[in-house]
Amino acid sequence: MLMNLFKFKGGVKPPTNKTQSVGLPIAPAPLPSRLAVPLHQSIGGTPRPVVQAGDHVLKGQLIGEADGWISAAVHAPTSGTVLAVEMRVQPHPSGLDALCVVIEPDGKDEWIPRATVDYKSLKPEEVRQRLQQSGVVGLGGAVFPTHGKLTASKTVAMDELVINGAECEPFITCDDLLMRERAEDVVRGIGIFRDLLQPKKVLIGIEDNKPEAAAAMRAAVAALGENFAVVQVPTLYPAGGAKQLIRVLTGKEVPAAKRSTDLGVQCFNVATAYTAWRAIAHGEPVVSRLVTLSGNVAEPRNYEVLIGTPMGELLQLARPHPDTDGIVMGGPMMGFLVPNAEVPVVKATNCLIAHSERVFPPKAPEMPCIRCGACAEACPHELQPFELYWFSRAKNFGKTQEYAIFDCIECGCCAFVCPSRIPLVQYFRFAKSEIWARERDKNAADAAKARFEFKQLRDEREKAEKAEKLAKAAAAQAAKKAAEAAAAAAAEAAPVESPAGEPAAPAPAAPVDAEKDAKRATIEAAMARAKAQREAAQVKNTEAVTIEQQREMNEIEARRAALAAAAPEAAGPDSQKAE
Amino acid sequence: MMFAPPAPYLLKNVSVSQVMTQVCIALVPGIAAYAWLIGPAILAQLVIASLAALLAEAVMLRVQRKPLAMFLADGSAIVTAWLIALTFPPLAPWWLVVTGTVFAIVVAKHLYGGLGQNPFNPAMVAFAICIVAFPALMSQWPVVGLQQSLIEQINIIFGFSPRLDALSSATPLDAMKTSLKLGEGSVEVPQLLANQDIFGNFAGRGWEWVAAGYLLGGLWLWQRKLISWHVPVAFIGALALISGALWLYNPAQFASPLFHLFSGGAMIGAFFIATDPVSGCTTPRGKLIFGAGAGLLAYVIRVFGGYPDGVAFAVLLMNLSAPLIDLLTQPPIFGMKDKA
Repeated sequence: MLMNLFKFKGGVKPPTNKTQSVGLPIAPAPLPSRLAVPLHQSIGGTPRPVVQAGDHVLKGQLIGEADGWISAAVHAPTSGTVLAVEMRVQPHPSGLDALCVVIEPDGKDEWIPRATVDYKSLKPEEVRQRLQQSGVVGLGGAVFPTHGKLTASKTVAMDELVINGAECEPFITCDDLLMRERAEDVVRGIGIFRDLLQPKKVLIGIEDNKPEAAAAMRAAVAALGENFAVVQVPTLYPAGGAKQLIRVLTGKEVPAAKRSTDLGVQCFNVATAYTAWRAIAHGEPVVSRLVTLSGNVAEPRNYEVLIGTPMGELLQLARPHPDTDGIVMGGPMMGFLVPNAEVPVVKATNCLIAHSERVFPPKAPEMPCIRCGACAEACPHELQPFELYWFSRAKNFGKTQEYAIFDCIECGCCAFVCPSRIPLVQYFRFAKSEIWARERDKNAADAAKARFEFKQLRDEREKAEKAEKLAKAAAAQAAKKAAEAAAAAAAEAAPVESPAGEPAAPAPAAPVDAEKDAKRATIEAAMARAKAQREAAQVKNTEAVTIEQQREMNEIEARRAALAAAAPEAAGPDSQKAE
Repeated sequence: MMFAPPAPYLLKNVSVSQVMTQVCIALVPGIAAYAWLIGPAILAQLVIASLAALLAEAVMLRVQRKPLAMFLADGSAIVTAWLIALTFPPLAPWWLVVTGTVFAIVVAKHLYGGLGQNPFNPAMVAFAICIVAFPALMSQWPVVGLQQSLIEQINIIFGFSPRLDALSSATPLDAMKTSLKLGEGSVEVPQLLANQDIFGNFAGRGWEWVAAGYLLGGLWLWQRKLISWHVPVAFIGALALISGALWLYNPAQFASPLFHLFSGGAMIGAFFIATDPVSGCTTPRGKLIFGAGAGLLAYVIRVFGGYPDGVAFAVLLMNLSAPLIDLLTQPPIFGMKDKA
């Protein structure tokens, strides 16, 4: 099908190194001795473990429950016994550890009872829920929970559904073989996405170095009677980046600040579509994935691998050469050396490359930047990497954001072409992490400030309420006393028939005095209560007083009592002052 | 492992020394024409300048405690040295070339931080310093066509032979400028061009082919993608435009664009000097402005200013403006282009 393709600026052409691993079909990897399934295998919240040591699990049984909307469940890759739920080193450049469920396979590979269901009979929310509960995440590398991407925007119509079969990074061929061997299931999975998002067009992008995969996909689309367009895109790294593929197939440019759905387009990897189909139609949660084993090995090949397989054990299947000195997870452009060989395969592991100096010659030392601009020409997001480099080095993070550092997809094109051999992506990662850390600190400080201000407000409010209450009580007391005094005065004045003015004079004075007395009484009572409360709350240091101190205290108390009793009116303001 | 080297693990086969080597290779056609038509002294000057540059760089690297081998091998000092040798008079005393080179390397390059940190083009700084400090020596150019052997010329350079006035001539640009000024209207450009001792087919005798050599080398650099088309096209375009406009207006008083393009430092400036990545602009539009500004200023200084050739000062003035130009010409980013 002829289609008008767009171009994106930049991009590089590293040697593809793909032919060595496509010669043989996908092989199932044998059961490893142990499986360590990390709970946190997707962007978003960490699933909660629902099993413990000693439990027997079946293949596909839930072991980690999704926590929140952006989170996906995790399942046991094979039947066996849970040995432990413990912290293990993760396949991540940091080498940090996280919670894993360690399972010892029992060799039977027994599935949970699986239910096939026609997804068309389910409501869209139910389909999404099933996907989340089956642990379906983006298998292109970002491992974003797929159900979170299957809601169309309310304001912008969904024009295109882009399916990413580009696989632009060198060495990696798992998507290629998936399309060659399992195209029909992939197309059926795309059908689920199509029905949930209702786009006007479905475009499947495949790089033109994969003619067999394209042919297989076309045949599957035709066989299933779908109208998906299988489009071959020029081989250029990183054409398989979601934003780049969207640009090539639709012409739309999605910046970092926007979601692609805001421009009416959504993108999924072919392997994600495949696992979605297996999960919905066959009831199979995500327990395995295709992994390419390549690099410094004698038999590069693609395997179907259980999640949680130790990487060193897996790589042995490809017979690595003796001079192998490390394992790279991912491709040579965006991958990383794993901390050790025992780390497990996770849902994001698309490829393992055996690292050696023969395959990846050591890099020359970093030289100063000569501002040649090769990096800016190579950047697929049209950024200015050297400017970002200068600002990151100077720790001027405000400027890095002005120059759009968060639009950087860390593809490595800039570092690939740099004549000074500067590891540019590392500088940008440093800058991004610093910005995030500062934002976290700022948010924490803002929250603390908000709490403090609210506390102050609350304190003042309570004080006002208390004062109001006291005033009311005092007024009530005064009124009562006034009434009593008036009654007493009336009783006294009644037998003596004196002029109306005289008894009237002490009568108004009496309520005033009575009010003042009442006020004083209540204030003293309140002070006494407050003092008692304080003393009750505070640690008393009066327990261990000496005899002299005790005598002194008693004298002071006596003096106070005498003063209070001697001049009640004078004591009013005084007692207030003393408080 | 203690320190895991980061991705990418496969890199394009480029390096700073590769880039610099290719720049030197691109200068070869011009140097060949120079040695053949003007005199073999240029070869000696290239050697003198290169040695001085490497020595000065070694001393500065040692003082800054930087690794010597890595930086001496990067070839940037050699490029600076060659540009100095090619823009100074070929029979200049050896100490003048050495002074210029040492100043370029020590002050214009290393005192600002070394490779990649110089705001001004070091070769042009050297030229500017020397033409201001030693104006007489910097205007003594050889008579073209005088057959002298390499040994004779080396003797002059090192002061073993006297600097005969007969050897000193003016550059075509200098001759044009001075004659026009002295003539004050009575002398016309076509008359001057008839003087076949100084002027050749379309520009200076001999020098026009040297410039053609630089043009050839520059086109090769562009084809190898070491320089982009922006700066040379803008420089040549601006120079051609203003010289063409004035020439059309008054051909008696103003030389043709062809003359200006193939005289002095125009060609070497357009392809090798204004394209210096460190001191120039980095954005595509910025490069166009930089090149055009340099071409324009070079013409203005040549014709209306005090020096016979203005390329050096024009480039230095544009180096001053480069950061501002860069700031104002940042290109739009993927996804942020249409604001509609």
